[in-house]
Amino acid sequence: MRNLITIAHLTLHEAVRRRVLTAALIVGTAFLALFGVGMHFMLRELNKSHDLTLIERRVMLNALTLAGLFAASRLIVITAVLLPVDTLSGEIGSGVIQTLAAKPVRRSEIVLGKWIGHWLVLLVYFVLIVGGVLAVARALGHFTPPHIERGLPLLMLEATVLLSVAIAGGTRLSTITNGMTAFGLYGFAFIGNWIEQIGTFTDNVAARNVGTVSSLIMPSESLWNLAAYQMQPTIMRELTATPFSPVAVPSVAIVWWSVGYIVVALWLGLRVFRRRAL
Amino acid sequence: MAAGAMTAAIETKGLRKQFGEKVAVEDLSLTVPRGEVFGFLGPNGAGKTTSLKMLLGLVEATAGSATVLGAPLGDRATRARMGFLPEHFRFQDWLTGRELLRFHGRLYGLGGAALEARADELLTRVDLLDAAHRAVKTYSKGMMQRIGLAQALLAKPELVFLDEPTSGLDPLGRLLVRDIIHELKADGTTVFLNSHLLGEVEATCDRVVFVKAGRAVHELLLSGDVAGLDVDLRTGPLDDGARAALAELGAVQPGLDGTMRMRVAALDVLPEIARRLVARGVALYEMKAARKSLEAWFLEVMGEEQRPG
Repeated sequence: MRNLITIAHLTLHEAVRRRVLTAALIVGTAFLALFGVGMHFMLRELNKSHDLTLIERRVMLNALTLAGLFAASRLIVITAVLLPVDTLSGEIGSGVIQTLAAKPVRRSEIVLGKWIGHWLVLLVYFVLIVGGVLAVARALGHFTPPHIERGLPLLMLEATVLLSVAIAGGTRLSTITNGMTAFGLYGFAFIGNWIEQIGTFTDNVAARNVGTVSSLIMPSESLWNLAAYQMQPTIMRELTATPFSPVAVPSVAIVWWSVGYIVVALWLGLRVFRRRAL
Repeated sequence: MAAGAMTAAIETKGLRKQFGEKVAVEDLSLTVPRGEVFGFLGPNGAGKTTSLKMLLGLVEATAGSATVLGAPLGDRATRARMGFLPEHFRFQDWLTGRELLRFHGRLYGLGGAALEARADELLTRVDLLDAAHRAVKTYSKGMMQRIGLAQALLAKPELVFLDEPTSGLDPLGRLLVRDIIHELKADGTTVFLNSHLLGEVEATCDRVVFVKAGRAVHELLLSGDVAGLDVDLRTGPLDDGARAALAELGAVQPGLDGTMRMRVAALDVLPEIARRLVARGVALYEMKAARKSLEAWFLEVMGEEQRPG
């Protein structure tokens, strides 16, 4: 346990010292500034339209905030993959890991310590970006989407799935292959989701099944859909008027599937790393 | 006294490592007694580093058995009693020298004032105290190797593995490493040294084992009795009988103008050479014995067909 904390601490320390968090802060601030400017001009138009009902106004604000959260979740997913993509493969390649693994440390402690450290860095980034989007929506539009207590953990779960895939992949794959695999899976889920949405909309069972299978292979996009579904009012869900209102709503079982996915990915990574020649 | 203190520091029997079709270590059997400075010599690709990694638990053996400090390979608790300096030591270069030692010390279970004191002691010993606050990325190659040596010694190990410890070091750095190895020996620490620099090995090791194609092919004691001597002789003309009498004592290589070089096993062969020459009435003008260099041994053991690795 002590070793786990020591390795997690080193990972956190690394994020600060190598200015990962500084870069995240700068990019995050630029993103939030852009979102704020966009929201400001949208709201100016919205406020000019006196014939909008209160409900219509709330739907517009909700869609704008979800657009911000959508972009934020993409940034967080990219960070979740890039942050740990070379942590194991890079250290194996450079030989740094030899000094570490020759210590009285379990190999599982190395992998899990790095996972915890990167997860905490990701959490800081998540709070910064997602919190920023919500703060901008609150400050400019006096609006907060419904059920963020359900939606936000789902977004963090989505990022955690990809973080775990990148860490587990690093136990076996080279940095470049690992990155391509993680992003490839993410893109796969993205396309699969659209096939599922269109399949559902057009009542095409085969297309819908293809989408369902793809979400089992990589549940990231389903988690986004479920999060977006949670963070909008019933009327918006029923109208499916914005790209953030899924036609095919994922089952809550996807949450358990994702938790299992993380556990299995890490278990496989640990299994490979335990016997890997370093 | 630690458990298994009476056993050898390292004992391997038929250790083998195969990566797919490629055999890295064929059949390694060796014993390193406790307190010995042991040299592991061989050309590039002989399987030295893979052998060392198996002993450290970094690579799993395909076959064979081994114990290190009395425990099976890869035993985690035993690793707390071992230190390791990899070849071309590298670590997170954004850490300062002191932070690097703190981090590794924690992994050894050290902490608090004891860790700080040990870090200070080692930083002073490797002459890096004034650079301890600097990021390791600003260190020269030699400084990097020295901080690596310090991290290997943090836990006051009973057994230290040094893989090419002097690579990248200037002559002063080499002397420092040599002194540290002598101190370790004086403290009863076993040192397993992998090195290409035969001069370094000669100056520090008690015993060496030559490895060729993943097998220990020759063992040589460097401390105590001198093993192997080159004897340069200048004599009057030799008849066949005298030549045959000398050949019984060692290999004879004739030179020019009545000179020759003999390779003999030990110092006590020298009076016998003189006695045989005198008995046959051969004039002996000069006889000079020198210890056979490790380089000469290396070339002899590895054979003529050995190519640069």
